[in-house]
Amino acid sequence: MKAFTQHKGLAAPMDRANVDTDLIIPKQFLKSIKRTGFGPNLFDELRYLDEGQPGQDNSARPLNPEFPLNFPRYNGASVLLARDNFGCGSSREHAPWALDDYGFRAVIAPSFADIFYNNCFKNGLLPIALDEQVVDQLFEEMYAQEGYELTIDLEKQQVIKPNGETIDFEVDEFRKHCLLNGLDDIGLTLEDADAIRAYEARRREQAPWLFDSVK
Amino acid sequence: MAGQTLYDKLWQDHLVKSREDGTALIYIDRHLIHEVTSPQAFEGLRLAGRKPWRRDSLVATPDHNVPSETAERAAGVAGIRDEISRIQVQTLDENCKSFDVVQFGINEPGQGIVHVIGPETGATMPGMTVVCGDSHTSTHGALGALAHGIGTSEVEHVMATQCLIQKKMKNMLVRVDGELGPGVTAKDVVLAIIGKIGTAGGTGYAIEFGGSAIRGLSMEGRMTICNMAIEAGARAGMVAVDQVTLDYVKDKPYAPKGSQWDAAVENWSRLHSDDDAVFDAVVELRAEEIEPQVSWGTSPEMVAPVSALVPDPAKEADAGKRTGVERALEYMGLDAGQKITDIKLDRVFIGSCTNSRIEDLRAAAAVAKGRRKADSVKQVLVVPGSQSVKAQAEKEGLHSVFIDAGFEWREPSCSMCLAMNADKLGAGEHCASTSNRNFEGRQGYGGRTHLVSPGMAAAAAIAGNFVDVREMADAGESA
Ligand code: SF4
Repeated sequence: MKAFTQHKGLAAPMDRANVDTDLIIPKQFLKSIKRTGFGPNLFDELRYLDEGQPGQDNSARPLNPEFPLNFPRYNGASVLLARDNFGCGSSREHAPWALDDYGFRAVIAPSFADIFYNNCFKNGLLPIALDEQVVDQLFEEMYAQEGYELTIDLEKQQVIKPNGETIDFEVDEFRKHCLLNGLDDIGLTLEDADAIRAYEARRREQAPWLFDSVK
Repeated sequence: MAGQTLYDKLWQDHLVKSREDGTALIYIDRHLIHEVTSPQAFEGLRLAGRKPWRRDSLVATPDHNVPSETAERAAGVAGIRDEISRIQVQTLDENCKSFDVVQFGINEPGQGIVHVIGPETGATMPGMTVVCGDSHTSTHGALGALAHGIGTSEVEHVMATQCLIQKKMKNMLVRVDGELGPGVTAKDVVLAIIGKIGTAGGTGYAIEFGGSAIRGLSMEGRMTICNMAIEAGARAGMVAVDQVTLDYVKDKPYAPKGSQWDAAVENWSRLHSDDDAVFDAVVELRAEEIEPQVSWGTSPEMVAPVSALVPDPAKEADAGKRTGVERALEYMGLDAGQKITDIKLDRVFIGSCTNSRIEDLRAAAAVAKGRRKADSVKQVLVVPGSQSVKAQAEKEGLHSVFIDAGFEWREPSCSMCLAMNADKLGAGEHCASTSNRNFEGRQGYGGRTHLVSPGMAAAAAIAGNFVDVREMADAGESA
């Protein structure tokens, strides 16, 4: 997995609450059997004026001029500012894949849906939950100032504003460790293979029917 | 010390190791697989040279991309017209073969929506931990299991290690006491719950559904409720094991038999929250107060009783919510203050892992019997959740009731729940749907979804607009 240590990048808005993963990446693109290539279809229904199809040449499609990510000023953005309950709905990991593929490295919101939040960490994308007032403030400053860049320091657990002001954020120890070092958590879990086998042996005694095979 | 909740017990039973950083390794008993969220996980295993830790814990079936239309379906995988869908289903086939995973293939008797076939085959059982790369895995919690949806990286992790890295969630009890009125179903209960606590109300919690109204539900009804726990933000929903559970599980093909059954029943008898268990949050509803529900917006919390009016955003005090309501009404093409019963339908969808079990089809058929769909309704799809539901419905003659009413009787699949196969709404079309998500574009680009129970969907198909199913004679015997 891609490591995340420090990142400085342009902030862009996704200014609505309850953005669901259907909106982040619509279902027709879930037919892909790959992990990459979802970026051009991130927020597809908001970003373009027509209905997108997998395998299409997206550069020929009509862009929605009212959608902020299409504004020249947000070109090259890598930090997404969002609202409450971002990433709700379906468990599709295609949502963080699409955000990552587009170029986002971090998402800042007052709250995230559980599965989405979890999925981000597996893909080197950092979700940062901050107080609602703090997020409001960031939105205001971003709207007011073109080229508004945020620096994110995972080691220090801080978001640093253009004026140098810092905002602390919380992140789970284990997730932070994995993300900082780009660790594959399967490898880590397999270090506990003996504990898993011991559990299985114990459990097989108590509840042997759980180990019967199907079909 | 306070007693344990059902969730505490299931967690404890599956704890392999607590780590110092507050996470834990939780052992997974059953891992369900479908074609959409698994290809990248199998690919990951292959690239790392890994094998599934316990291949007999895996059960796969294709459901999202498979055609519901009988003629297209008859030719099997090779007959799927949409090439990209076909490749995805073929990839599942190939992965199951090369990793020696049990699969109920496209037209085999066990095939169906993963969350329908798990319980009905006994592949998912009380006391299990169940995962699937699908957020509606919470469905299986109805059996008294700890079941939740995971992402594709976690699918790979569970395949490789049989464990999930988890932090313990908080406990929430949603208690519904009293007796449901006739014609009011599990779907109405869960929509009313989501309307009350909101789509993020359960974030960070495992929800146990309890109270006399929940205990009074059949297993199918309990599955409908747990299915939508995720729509309230909770990864897991569950119901305690009782006699209804045991009667349901007994004699399922993969349920334990003979002395194993007795041992299992004894083991499962503790799968309920202790009387002195402490919950971090408790939400209470009265069953008598719940009416048939209809969602009017673009989030499952945007729901109202059928007798109500579409809300007026101007009356919403919170600015954020006000814009949310305004945007939803615009997308849905509805006016503030209009009657829900004045909403006209273009299509009706009866199906999905929320409401495609035999009891759901019986409820819809009870309404449709001897009636015809309204001419203004272009299409009414009835899509059974599994091959076995389909066979049972045909045995009972339900399919004839539907066909006589002008409905279309289709093949088991997710179908118009998310429109990955050919079944879709056109832009601007209103649909009465028994599925679980009314997000923008969920059932087709620009489509407008209204979530309802199977009886309400059938009633809307007949009338052409929403009606209170209780006002239609013969409705309501099957709750
Ligand atoms: S029926 Fe709908 S919600 Fe259920 S698994 Fe299929 S697509 Fe997902």
